[in-house]
Amino acid sequence: MEIGSEKEKMGFEETELRLGLPGNGGSEGEVARKRGFSETKATTMDLKLKLSSKDAGMDLNEKAKTLKKEKNLLTADTAKHHAKAQVVGWPPVRSFRKNMLAVQKGSSEESDMNKASGNIAAFVKVSMDGAPYLRKVDLKTYQSYKELSVALGKMFSSFTIGMKDFMNESKLMDVLNSSDYVPTYEDKVGDWMLVGDVPWEMFVDSCNRLRIMKGKEAIGLAPRAMGKCMRNRS
Amino acid sequence: MNYFPDEVLEHVFDFVASHRDRNAVSLVCRLWHRVERLSRQRVFVGNCYALSPQILIARFPGLKSLTLKGKPHFADFNLVPHDWGGYVQPWIEALSNSRIGLEELRLKRMVVSDESLELLSRSFANFKSLVLVSCEGFTTVGLAAIAANCRFLRELDLQENEIDDHSGHWLSCFPDSCTSLISLNFACLKGEINLAALERLVARSPNLRSLRLNRAVPLETLQNILMRAPQLVDLGTGSYVHDPDSETYNKLKHTILKCKSIRNLSGFLEVAPRCLPAIYPICLNLTSLNLSYAAGIHGSELVKLIRHCAKLQRLWILDCIGDKGLEVVASTCKELQELRVFPSDPFGVGHAAVTENGLVAISVGCPKLHSLLYFCQQMTNAALIAVAKNCPNFIRFRLCILDPTKPDPVTMQPLDNGFGAIVQSCKRLRRLSLSGLLTDWVFLYIGMYAEQLEMLSVAFAGDSDKGMLYVLNGCKKLRKLEIRDSPFGNKALLTDVGKYETMRSLWMSSCEVTLGGCKTLAKEMPRLNVEIINEHDQMEIGSDEQRVEKMYLYRTLVGPRKDAPEFVWTL
Repeated sequence: MEIGSEKEKMGFEETELRLGLPGNGGSEGEVARKRGFSETKATTMDLKLKLSSKDAGMDLNEKAKTLKKEKNLLTADTAKHHAKAQVVGWPPVRSFRKNMLAVQKGSSEESDMNKASGNIAAFVKVSMDGAPYLRKVDLKTYQSYKELSVALGKMFSSFTIGMKDFMNESKLMDVLNSSDYVPTYEDKVGDWMLVGDVPWEMFVDSCNRLRIMKGKEAIGLAPRAMGKCMRNRS
Repeated sequence: MNYFPDEVLEHVFDFVASHRDRNAVSLVCRLWHRVERLSRQRVFVGNCYALSPQILIARFPGLKSLTLKGKPHFADFNLVPHDWGGYVQPWIEALSNSRIGLEELRLKRMVVSDESLELLSRSFANFKSLVLVSCEGFTTVGLAAIAANCRFLRELDLQENEIDDHSGHWLSCFPDSCTSLISLNFACLKGEINLAALERLVARSPNLRSLRLNRAVPLETLQNILMRAPQLVDLGTGSYVHDPDSETYNKLKHTILKCKSIRNLSGFLEVAPRCLPAIYPICLNLTSLNLSYAAGIHGSELVKLIRHCAKLQRLWILDCIGDKGLEVVASTCKELQELRVFPSDPFGVGHAAVTENGLVAISVGCPKLHSLLYFCQQMTNAALIAVAKNCPNFIRFRLCILDPTKPDPVTMQPLDNGFGAIVQSCKRLRRLSLSGLLTDWVFLYIGMYAEQLEMLSVAFAGDSDKGMLYVLNGCKKLRKLEIRDSPFGNKALLTDVGKYETMRSLWMSSCEVTLGGCKTLAKEMPRLNVEIINEHDQMEIGSDEQRVEKMYLYRTLVGPRKDAPEFVWTL
């Protein structure tokens, strides 16, 4: 019997019990016969403690593997135990929480994908104020703001989109003051920006999601955007 | 005491608050039973199928507050089919037809319909408090009924429910005359909210202490709300996203300084990390912080935030905090009593989140820790032994290693010795969840040492029937045992059938128990409902040798339930 320092930590000496890891050289059979199911009181137990030590590691390694093997034989679905594939209900996380995290992960994964290089798709969510559900577009499939605007127009065809005029500053304020819709986007750091200020490629790289706002609500965004436009021009 | 008039007994019993103590009081003698039951106002029913509403009403005519639990715990993890049961409707119907003046209803894992909520809202003039945890089956229409009809509503607390969100108008259904709200939690709602109605509601609720918003509430609204309600003690933010250079954010920073009473903080369902500094001033006073849904706050920002929270007693976080982050928690939060570390990527392929090192660091730095839920990549016996030594006060110890049968990675041993150390050292342990590679030995230790254990969760563990028997024989206070994917069969199930009447329930799924074994048990114990969940029609032929996929048994006063669906057989 190897009695190592772990024994003191366990404090089993007071109960005069010795724990034996199962299956050291066939002793498991004997031990099993001695143990009665009702004999859980410490004093009536007759077990030998064999603390795991690195010396015995080899045997026990084997045993751990056979334990696993035995489990495999026991039930039809033990294959699930060891496959990396998902086991039903494991890990034990409430479905509500899993769903919430999946939603949050979805939106952050999109931004991760956008950060990654060129060929990977850049799917972003598109919401339009007043529309009952959101859509998703892959920004990589368009080459310019114009193409995007046409696509969005088709997607949300029952609403007008003022995108066609947004590149033209003089019309910008008209658009914003009308009831037309204005496209905005959330960038990587979480700021909401007016679409159209930056070169297309930069936009695709930094866009996390799109929101088509009612013109009036977008006015708060416009002055800074206008300012940028002016600075870029000069 | 028998010479005292009833009123004196009643007065004495008023000081006996916990339902368990009151249950004990009622067993002393008939007189005490009568006085106790007539004066009891709060009743806890751990399994709604253990008795009927009629029995409840007959025994406790003075009932004011009822707590009901429905589905078995493993229903949280999709192990129980959708229409299994747990309907609250018959309870509300029976209560509304009686003379009971219900004021508070707390439900967990039950099916609640809009119809039930509507009936509830109309039946009890003094109804004050509705708490729904992990429930389903209702929509915002039901919430609208509660808002509109419960004139003295103080508390509406919705935690992690699946609610069909039809519109944000339910908030507008609170009448202008409703000024009694103390607690409002709608964080789990997924849809839009009428922000103006919310702000008006807060403005006319001077007693509001607890407010938890959903994702649809933006930072501007939060700022307005905090201006009106600086007295809040418990705050759950909604969407915490804004431009940190904006005026709104600036206003928020100043408004928060006035909120000196906030002790619980949660939410951050969407978050712009650059806006976090606004909350640093309130972190100093926080005793409870729940960032388990704040997937947008990463490593270093999380750690920065936690460094401000020296008085924290309860912390719920995601495992992206990492072992290093847990070391910061250990050195900062000396008062920590409860820690939950959730997996941020439940199906991810081990990008190592937290390991045994984080837990050991916590155990060293936070000796007051008594409740733990820890999802990790791996665990070692040495670590568990150290934790057991450092924190002998555990009441709840729930460890979940993401790979369910993983051994100690250093020694390749099962984790029997580690958990053995935990149960041996923590004499007050009431709840334990096991994971990792485990043999019958761990159950032997549990049976020997876990004298106060009331709830045990087992998954993918054990070698033979002996394991389960050690627990059934040894744990005298065991109330709930739930086992999945473990090799326990009929011998374990049938050796001590009387035990199950001392427990609330037993769940066994993907074990070795057969139909024949369950039938035998049901026959010997008529006061148990032995339910078999049969999803795949395997049992039509009814071979007794066939293994039962899912069995749930519980003690009951009222026999087999009448609302069981087709796929549930009560033997």
